[in-house]
Amino acid sequence: MSAAPPPSPAMPTYLGMPAFPDAARRAVADERLRANLRHATTTIRGRRAGAVAELDDWDALREAGKQIKDHVLANLGHYLRLLEENVTAAGGTVHWARDAGEANRIVADLVKATGETEVVKVKSMATQEIGLNEALAEEGVTAYETDLAELIVQLGDDRPSHILVPAIHRNRSDIRDIFLARMDGAPRDLTDEPAALAEAARRHLRAKFLSAKVGISGVNFAVADTGTLVVLESEGNGRMCLTLPETLISVMGVEKVVPSWRDLEVFLQLLPRSSTAERMNPYTSTWTGTHPGDGPRDFHLVLLDNGRTATLADEVGRQALRCIRCSACLNVCPVYQRAGGHAYGSPYPGPIGAILSPQIRGIGSDVDASLPYASTLCGACFDACPVAIDIPEVLVHLRARAVEDGPRHPLERASMTAAGWVLRSPALLRAAQRAASASRRVVGRGGRIGRLPGPLRAWTATRDAPVPPPESFRRWWRRTDGGRA
Amino acid sequence: MNAREEILGRIDGIFPARPAAEVAADHERIDRRYRRAHHGGGIVDLFAERVADYRATVLRAAPSEAPGLIAERLAARPGRYGVPAGLPAAWVPAAAAIVRDPSAGELDGLAGAVTGCAAAFAETGTIVLDHGPAQGPRALSLVPDFHLIVVLAGQIAPDVPGGLERLDPRRPLTFVSGPSATSDIELDRVEGVHGPRTLEVVIVA
Ligand code: SF4
Repeated sequence: MSAAPPPSPAMPTYLGMPAFPDAARRAVADERLRANLRHATTTIRGRRAGAVAELDDWDALREAGKQIKDHVLANLGHYLRLLEENVTAAGGTVHWARDAGEANRIVADLVKATGETEVVKVKSMATQEIGLNEALAEEGVTAYETDLAELIVQLGDDRPSHILVPAIHRNRSDIRDIFLARMDGAPRDLTDEPAALAEAARRHLRAKFLSAKVGISGVNFAVADTGTLVVLESEGNGRMCLTLPETLISVMGVEKVVPSWRDLEVFLQLLPRSSTAERMNPYTSTWTGTHPGDGPRDFHLVLLDNGRTATLADEVGRQALRCIRCSACLNVCPVYQRAGGHAYGSPYPGPIGAILSPQIRGIGSDVDASLPYASTLCGACFDACPVAIDIPEVLVHLRARAVEDGPRHPLERASMTAAGWVLRSPALLRAAQRAASASRRVVGRGGRIGRLPGPLRAWTATRDAPVPPPESFRRWWRRTDGGRA
Repeated sequence: MNAREEILGRIDGIFPARPAAEVAADHERIDRRYRRAHHGGGIVDLFAERVADYRATVLRAAPSEAPGLIAERLAARPGRYGVPAGLPAAWVPAAAAIVRDPSAGELDGLAGAVTGCAAAFAETGTIVLDHGPAQGPRALSLVPDFHLIVVLAGQIAPDVPGGLERLDPRRPLTFVSGPSATSDIELDRVEGVHGPRTLEVVIVA
C-alpha cells in the first residue's frame, strides 16, 4: 500500500459551522425541526421496509451490488480510462478535476464559453460538495436549482439537510411561507396543499427550462463499457435539464463508474427501493455522448477526485466509496433523527456523512474530528445499506484516525459506557464491544493508542434525549419505534 | 503533471493497473445469485397492475380496438396533440388535432403527446422509450402535460434484468414509472411537478 496522497481540503465546511455536538444540541432543542424529521423519517422507513421485503432475493442483490462496487474500486484506473474512451467516442468531452477548485474552474469556464449567465441544475451531491453554485455566482453565473426541495432550500436561503429530501426539515406551511415571500409570481392565494405547492414550482420553473441554454447535472452511474451516463429522478426536472439545453455539463465523483450495462440490473433494483421506497423512481434518463437531433449538442463530463483517491488508499475507509447515495442510513439513524442534517456541517449528513466527510476533507477541523463520534454504533445503518457499507466499522476506524491526525480535543479517557447519550445505557454492550474490539485491532496495528478516545465532554453535553432503558439499543429502538413510544 | 495523469497516478499507486482480460474475468466472477425475474407468468396483468399503482391510467385493447380507444382518450381532453412521424398510422386518430413532429417551440402549447415505447418491465411497472421513430425526440414526451403511451404486450419483459437486455444503451433512453411526482413535501407523493402530470397507458394485446 502506497502512502495516501494528502487529502484535498476542497470540500468547504459550511462557514461558521460548529462541531457536531454543538450543532446537534441546538437542533435537538428545535421542537419543530425534530417533529418534521421524525414524521418524515418514520414514514419513509416504514415504506422502505415494504419495498425491500417485496423482493425475496434482496440479500443476493445487495451482495452483488457490494461486489460490483468493490470490483470497480479495485480496478478504478481501468474503468475510468474505459469510460473516458467511450464517452469521447460518443461525442462527449471528458475533464478531470483534482479538487473542488479545479472542478469549479472547469465548469465556470465551460459556462462562460457559451456566453450564458444562467444555468439550470438538477440536484447533485457532487456539485453541492464542491460548492459549485457559489463558485459560479462569483463568476457572475446564476445557477437555478430545479428540484422542488432544492428550490425550497435555495429560496429559503437555507442548507440541505437530507440527501434525498433536502428540505425534509420544512413542513408544508413553512414551504408556503417561503414561496409567498421569495418566489416571483407565486399566487397570492397559495395554499399549503402539496399539489398547489408543486403547481407553483412547475409554473415558476417552466420558462427557465424552456429558455435554458446550459444544464448542469450529477451522475448516478456511468457505464464504462458503453460510455452511458445515468440519472435517476422523480419530478421531470432532471429530464428537462438533461434534454432541453444545448450544452450539458455533468459532474461525477470518480467512484460512480460501473463496468457494464448489465450491472445496472442490480442498482436499478437496489437504489429506488432503498431511497424513495418505490419499485422504481418515476424517471431515469440515460445518454451516451451526444445524440444528433435529440438533446444537447455539446456534452461535458467532469471526473472529480476531491479526496476520493485519498479515501481509496484507506483499506477500511474505502468502502464508503461504494455509497450510491440512497439515504436509507439517514432514515434509520437515531442520531440523525434527533440532530437533523445540518449538524453534520456538510452536504453529506447522517451516517454516510459521518464517514465520508472526514475522509474527503481530511480530519483537519473540529467538525470533521467530531463527526466519527456522531453515532451510537447501533448498526442500523449497516443493516439498511443496500451496498453493505459497514458504517460502524469505519466510524471506529476514523475515531482512531481523528485522535492521531485531528485537531487537539479535550480528549477524555474513554470507556465506551460513558460515551454520550445513548452509550450511557449499560446495555449497549453489543455496540460497545464491537467498537472496543475494533479499537483493539487499530491499536494492534498502529501501536500508538491504548484506548478508544473521543471528545466526550462535548458529546455528553448533547444528552437532551431520554436515557434509554437497560436493554439493548436495538431492542429499545424497535420496542419504542425509535424513542417515540 | 496534469489532473488526469495525477488522479490516475494516485489510483494506480493504490491499485496497480492490470490487463483488461484479468479485470474482465474478475467481473465475470461477481456473485449474481439474484433472480432474473420475480414472477413467472401473468406478466401483462402484473405490468398493468404495477403501472396503475403509480396512479397512471391503464387501459387494455385488442389490436383492432386500439385506434378507437386512443381516439376516445384524446377526445376526452380537447386540444392539439403531438405525435412522432413514425407513430403507426392506426394509432393516430383522424378526428383529433394532430401535430406531426412538432417543433421545440410548439411543445409547450400542446395538450399532450402520443408515443409508442421500446420495452417495458412488468415487475416495476416501468416503460422505456428509446426515442426511435414511433417515440420521437425526448422533449416531445416531456414538455406537454399529458402523455399517452401505447405498449404492445410483446414489449413487456418480466423484470428489470430481462428488460435491460432488450435495450440499446447507445440510444438515449427514458425510463418512465408513473407520472411525474415528488416526495419533497413531507414525503407525501404528489403527482406532477415538471414532467407530464397525467400518464395514460394503452396495452395492446
Ligand atoms: S451509505 Fe449505504 S445506506 Fe447510506 S446513503 Fe450510502 S448506499 Fe445508502
